[in-house]
Amino acid sequence: MKKNVMPLHLIPCGKSAKVTELTSYGNSRRRMLDLGLIIDTIVESLRKSPSGDPIAYEIRGAVIALRSEEASRIIVELI
Amino acid sequence: MGLTNQSTGKSALKEMLDIQMNSADVVVALAGNPNTGKSTVFNSLTGLNQHTGNWTGKTVATARGNYKYKDKNFVLVDLPGTYSLLSNSAEEEIARDFICFANPHATVVVVDATCLERNLNLVLQILEMTDKVVVCVNLMDEAERKMIQIDICKLSKLLGVPVVGTNARNGKGLSELMKAVYGVSHNQIVTKPIKVTYNDTIEKTIEDIETKIDLEKSNICDIDL
Repeated sequence: MKKNVMPLHLIPCGKSAKVTELTSYGNSRRRMLDLGLIIDTIVESLRKSPSGDPIAYEIRGAVIALRSEEASRIIVELI
Repeated sequence: MGLTNQSTGKSALKEMLDIQMNSADVVVALAGNPNTGKSTVFNSLTGLNQHTGNWTGKTVATARGNYKYKDKNFVLVDLPGTYSLLSNSAEEEIARDFICFANPHATVVVVDATCLERNLNLVLQILEMTDKVVVCVNLMDEAERKMIQIDICKLSKLLGVPVVGTNARNGKGLSELMKAVYGVSHNQIVTKPIKVTYNDTIEKTIEDIETKIDLEKSNICDIDL
């Protein structure tokens, strides 16, 4: 695995990343695609909740909070 | 006590979907992503005071109201906000069932001018189900403030349905919206929605399923007769 490729929930706050792979499946995959998380989408990690889960992300102009469980299935490349 | 014949089964479904009180009424569904101002559009058109608020999932059931335009009574149904009609949440099911099975005379899709891209997913999904669609690009003032310019004419040409820019908070563009809804519901405006072509495998499967459904439909009709 390349050094700057990682699951979405691991990128630090304030950093942006590009989606390279979506490994979720079923309804969860459908949901992620509906939110606009397709390959090459730029996602920015905005802030963490006090417990570190969920994390708020900016996705295509909207702020959306994802649980680590979901975010960990989104593979991104730091930019 | 408890469940009665009227409250369950077919009649319950009928009550939920059959909102046409009067055959002359025109039923208009109001769909859109969460937080795009559907309820504000609803209130401005009907003069009702449905609770609006700036959080997602505020409208959990459908609200309905009436307005008059050109001596016709329009019944407006405010659907819960959804990003899609395909995943499995309760709100999405309500919205999908209504658009698919209640046969509204027109569907207004309210989209947020400040993030048009994410809203167009739902527009395309609705266009696949029904031709009678008017797209309402709301929050035009917000977009202007963020220096976003939207070419309404081009969008309309690309989607093949009427597109109206509105600012529901102060009522701008609502008369154009009512005009477009009137035109689409009375077949005065003929829409030609854009058709998304999928890859061969998917297209072929769709075709297979469609023929099967048509067959089933004709069987059901036979039984009814």
